[in-house]
Amino acid sequence: MALEDEKHIKPYSQNFTTMTPGSFQKKLRTCVIYQFIRFIVINIKMIIVVGKSH
Amino acid sequence: MARLVVLGGGVSGHTAATFAAKWLGSSHEVVVVTPNSKWNWIPSNIWVGVGEMSKEDVTFELAPVYAKAGITYKQAKAVSLNPEGDLTNDSPFVTIEYTQEGRAGEVENITYDYIINATGPKLNFGATPGLGNGSELGEYTVSVCTAEHAVHASQKLQKCIEKMRNGERQKFLVGTGHGMCTCQGAAFEYIFNIEHELNKAGVRHMADIKWISNESFLGDFGIGGMHMKSMGFAVSSKIFAESLFTERGVDWIIGAHVSKVEEGVVHYELLDGTIGTENFDFSMLIPPFAGVGLKSYAKDGSDITDVIFAPNGFMKVDAKYDAGAYENWRASDWPSTYQNPTYTNMFACGIAFAPPHAISKPMSSPSGTPINPTPPRTGMPSGIMGKAVAHSICDLILKGEDAPLQHASMADMGAACVASAGKGIFTGTAAAMTIYPVVPDFEKYPGTGRDVDYTFGEIGLAGHWIKHILHHLFLYKAKLKPGWTLIPE
Repeated sequence: MALEDEKHIKPYSQNFTTMTPGSFQKKLRTCVIYQFIRFIVINIKMIIVVGKSH
Repeated sequence: MARLVVLGGGVSGHTAATFAAKWLGSSHEVVVVTPNSKWNWIPSNIWVGVGEMSKEDVTFELAPVYAKAGITYKQAKAVSLNPEGDLTNDSPFVTIEYTQEGRAGEVENITYDYIINATGPKLNFGATPGLGNGSELGEYTVSVCTAEHAVHASQKLQKCIEKMRNGERQKFLVGTGHGMCTCQGAAFEYIFNIEHELNKAGVRHMADIKWISNESFLGDFGIGGMHMKSMGFAVSSKIFAESLFTERGVDWIIGAHVSKVEEGVVHYELLDGTIGTENFDFSMLIPPFAGVGLKSYAKDGSDITDVIFAPNGFMKVDAKYDAGAYENWRASDWPSTYQNPTYTNMFACGIAFAPPHAISKPMSSPSGTPINPTPPRTGMPSGIMGKAVAHSICDLILKGEDAPLQHASMADMGAACVASAGKGIFTGTAAAMTIYPVVPDFEKYPGTGRDVDYTFGEIGLAGHWIKHILHHLFLYKAKLKPGWTLIPE
């Protein structure tokens, strides 16, 4: 993990015990191809929950 | 000919009125009473509040839409209910006061056969000294609860950005303005949209951003948090939220009751009894909600407000209001038909119904100050219950008084929620989430209280695309354009 990804974490501060995404994970968040696939997956999941709720 | 009066034209009221008008046809009358001339898609106020959308992008005029639907529209606020009529009139009626230009202050009684209370909340800024006066926003903080508030917030934000460009460091404080607030999600969206905009403006390094809320843990959101399936684990929303706050460099104060707001400083009390202050240059604090203050009178004129409404001003429905301590709470406490138990031709939906209790575990400070989120009843559940109530009333009118009522308990329904964390067609992100059910059912799902197969969340550009599409889709639906009934709530 790059040092840049850890810049907000301070030892024994309130955010010391949580997960922090690495640079690859953060890139995926705005990677258009990957996000287009996730768009389809999330929509399917939402449609299922919406269907169960009506 | 029967008359259905719908009080309120928000998500729940508008859904109920438009479906009722469609199902009842022209043989019966649907009347909508709402003080606003415009409909507002409130979830997009976040983007108005950072200058990414205009007020016109999130609102439209109600009158032409209701004219097209055959709905009688009265721009007025409801003042009181007489469910038994009065000494001169046996028919139940609602007293309204016009807010329409040219008729402001004019009072009228409207008789009804059925009534739906979907008035939404009173934004109770006055509950916290300095946050505002009654339902009026104060001078020290901003709000994104209405489109007008969001425009004001955006103007203030732009001034802060200018100051940062000129080398002046700014402190941003966003969250809840009282120990009993709900709608943490809106504040969550706003703080990350601010962070995103400051990055875009190139001034993020000049800003300190802090979250303050009444949640006992980050990611509670008024629903007691949730567990999502991820990498083979059932991961708490606490981890999810803390991770995002850490990644974006946002500090947090939780378990906080904001007790007073002054110019540039917030006073708070924490669950552990700590008393503290936090300075700010820019602050958006969500106010607590209350009922709109409708009164109710019996036939002889005696005040029966406490029969119909809970002490917080929300209307009593078919909920279990005597559940007692947290350990006794059950999913079945939650209402499913939204029918008033005393007057069966009265229903309430959306924020206007009185919940049986909170969803998050109730907590208080050592001095006894209650500090816990109140339950959210907005968005998808609000629309679903509005449609269910309209369906029930249409059945009662068209099939007779023995027709069975529709059920739409928040303990049996799920919700899809998209929380924006920044706007941009290629740079935006949002947390896309579903939960099932909204109210956890620990008897059916021991442990997490929810079905983790249908409860998930992830952040990314896809979520932003969905949020943006939903913005246009729900405005399209609310304008009753062709095929509007095919779009789910």
